[in-house]
Amino acid sequence: MFAISISFGVLARPLMGPVAPIAMSILVFSGSAQFGALAVLIAGGSAAAAIAAGLLLNARYLAMGLALAPSLRGRAPSRAAFAMTTVDASWASAAIGGGRFDPWYMVGVSIPQYAGWVLGTVVGVFVGPALGHPDSLGLDALFPAFFLALLFEEARGRRRLVAAGGGAGIALVLTPILPAGLPILAAAVGALAASRVRP
Amino acid sequence: MTAVWVTIGTLALGTAALKLAGPLALGGRSLSAKAHNVVELLASALLAALVVVETFGTGHSLVLDARVLGVAFAAVALTRRAPMIVVVVGAAAVTAIARLLS
Repeated sequence: MFAISISFGVLARPLMGPVAPIAMSILVFSGSAQFGALAVLIAGGSAAAAIAAGLLLNARYLAMGLALAPSLRGRAPSRAAFAMTTVDASWASAAIGGGRFDPWYMVGVSIPQYAGWVLGTVVGVFVGPALGHPDSLGLDALFPAFFLALLFEEARGRRRLVAAGGGAGIALVLTPILPAGLPILAAAVGALAASRVRP
Repeated sequence: MTAVWVTIGTLALGTAALKLAGPLALGGRSLSAKAHNVVELLASALLAALVVVETFGTGHSLVLDARVLGVAFAAVALTRRAPMIVVVVGAAAVTAIARLLS
């Protein structure tokens, strides 16, 4: 995780300057959405396209929050505080079977991840300029390698593979035609199509 | 620069809304089976799109360059269950070496 957040700082610095990448890691705290939005902006896409890409990548939080809801007790502010600490790894590791979650366990896993994510971004933002030109270090290949690693975890099962194949095909076909960022959004149609495939 | 801050602010609020919707607004309810199916598949579709666009895309054209070798390394490393750091740093290193040699 730490290495990924350092990479984020290094890659975001040329476009965003030193402060914005750190603010983004503090406020958004989501690897896939931050890298996804950054990739769209670097390619010359609009803020709207970057936001839409980030939100579609994070749509899974809606499903994760619904699964988590019955395990959260207390008043709304306390339930909200627990829900805000949801990230992929902590949510998954807090599952205790039978659809239940241990909210304190989730918080315990999330806090060090959050600290590492923000600290790594700070390190990346400040060491980045000392590294030289990003392309000569192959840093542009960090983007697809990171997305591939996430996809490798995510795309289990026939329908997810169909969604991935459809999304990749749509994006490739539309890249020469549509403005930057939009082919990524159009790939969401791949998910719609795959949802009709039998599991 | 405005676009950057608008992106950060909206993405932060939107992500919080996605995390909070279940526990606060939709307490007890759940998504329809249809909506749940699509939500579950969005990440796979978008991540795959990002992989191919970031591997082959340069502006409006598709090209084969040193990135392909880096991503190929990442794919092999992932099937061998290499840790994330090896996958991404290795991909960058392979790409950098390929550029140096070409």
